[in-house]
Amino acid sequence: MQLTNRSKQVSNKEMTLAEKMYLPAVVGGLAITIRHFFRKKPTIQYPEVKKYLGPVYRGHHILKRDEQGRERCTACGLCAVACPAEAISMVAAERKKGEENLYREEKYAAVYEINMLRCIFCGLCEEACPKQAVYLRHDRMVPVFQERDEVVYGKEQLVEKMDDRYIRVANSEVKATPTEPSLTRAAT
Amino acid sequence: MDLTILIVKGIIILVIFGITLLIATYSTYAERKVAAFLQDRIGPNRAGPWGLLQPIADAGKMFFKEDFIPSQASKWLFILGPCLAMLTALMSSSVIPFADSIRFAWNKVNYEIPVQAIEINIGVLYIFGVVSLGVYGIMVGGWASNNKFSLLGAIRAASQNISYEIALGLSMIAILMMTGSLSVRAIVAEQASFFEWNVFTQPLGFIIFLTCAFAECNRTPFDLPECETELVGGYHTEYSSMKLGFYLFAEYINMFVSSAFISALYFGGFHYPFMNEIGSALEKSLGAIAGHNLATAIQFVVFFGKIFFFIFFFMWVRWTLPRFRYDQLMNLGWKTFIPLSILNVVVTGAGLLYNFKYATWLIAIVMIVLAVMSTARAPKQAVIPQRS
Repeated sequence: MQLTNRSKQVSNKEMTLAEKMYLPAVVGGLAITIRHFFRKKPTIQYPEVKKYLGPVYRGHHILKRDEQGRERCTACGLCAVACPAEAISMVAAERKKGEENLYREEKYAAVYEINMLRCIFCGLCEEACPKQAVYLRHDRMVPVFQERDEVVYGKEQLVEKMDDRYIRVANSEVKATPTEPSLTRAAT
Repeated sequence: MDLTILIVKGIIILVIFGITLLIATYSTYAERKVAAFLQDRIGPNRAGPWGLLQPIADAGKMFFKEDFIPSQASKWLFILGPCLAMLTALMSSSVIPFADSIRFAWNKVNYEIPVQAIEINIGVLYIFGVVSLGVYGIMVGGWASNNKFSLLGAIRAASQNISYEIALGLSMIAILMMTGSLSVRAIVAEQASFFEWNVFTQPLGFIIFLTCAFAECNRTPFDLPECETELVGGYHTEYSSMKLGFYLFAEYINMFVSSAFISALYFGGFHYPFMNEIGSALEKSLGAIAGHNLATAIQFVVFFGKIFFFIFFFMWVRWTLPRFRYDQLMNLGWKTFIPLSILNVVVTGAGLLYNFKYATWLIAIVMIVLAVMSTARAPKQAVIPQRS
């Protein structure tokens, strides 16, 4: 019975004298390794050199504003429901009079928190959001944290700045995925 | 002896000692770099430019690790082991002739001092004596650890060294017969012209010597004293911190010394083509003393070029060939290399009798012909019927 087509016929035939002498095989092996010695290394020196990971990369979370600077999130909680790691939590609040330039609809998220230790960057929150408010940036990674109380990201880390709007475009000219906001603007 | 000679000798010994240590230190770096390059990696490149400070960082780590001695170990022997390994490795570098000689005039007396730590008539004998003592470092360390795995590693090292030292010595005998002297300097002097380098007159002896040198240094493919799968670690399972560092360091010194000996015995030492012509031209243009010293410096550089090539070769082989199985090693040592080296001695003797230096090529040619014939007559691979 044949389970795979990769099986090899084994034979235990006697080695010839040339094979028993080892030396030809040894020289052959040495020739192979010396070729690798002079080959160009495929290593990317990561912290110094960064590769552009494409528009599908899922990095730092962002809460979008619209063109007039109003937060799009209506605190419907669908992202929190969709989140398999249960990283997202929020507190909804009602928009007061005079806050129309801050929030797009009557309901908004007074508190919006993502626990970055729990987040697995699956992007399901992005897909669940009916208001296109939450995105995972393709051009910025979450910075390294050293303290535990830096881990829960609140609105001040998440809501996008109006002078640093996030646009997702596939740009083949960008060679690296930048982590600095200025580089993002230059690329888009 | 003249005081000036003593002082200059002292300086030479210090320089050679320093160079040996420096090369051994940077061999660890080179090893990692070569390994990385052979495996399409970059290797250490964080400490200093291109990672050049890596050996210092490694040494610092070694020094600050806990210096652990097992409670059941015999304490003094446990400490003595790495010291012995280091001592024998360092002692063996003293008879290598690194270059011809340096000349200088002092108090109207002309001095000519060979660039060699000690110039003795029995250099080859001395080196075999000292190198074979190296196994005691491993034996003592493995025994004193009071650990079955360490002991097994030590015993494997001992039996490996026994099976290789005979072939190593015998392959050397042919060169001693041709030179008629045990002095390393005399053997190097014999190979003045390019086609009289011993590698051309003794091809079989060279291959045997090279392989045995690998085994003597306990390096891959013959690094049987250590083996993670069977011995957990090897003879140094119980060693930590700088004591382990000494063992590893001794291995690299051994590698340097072996490379130096391979190049001195088989590759003409500090000789290079047109050496005498270049030397006399330099002496004519720069004067007898300065020209001679410059020529000596060139010889020094050439010799180190050869040594570096062989150190590279050691590493190249290490990252190419897998470790030999234990019985394969024994078979190779006792059943293949000892008969072959005896044959080599006999044929060399016959060649000397009939004044034909390249006699041992006959063995090589016969072996190549036999190999080709055996390939031609090789039975077709048996066709095993496929089970349906």
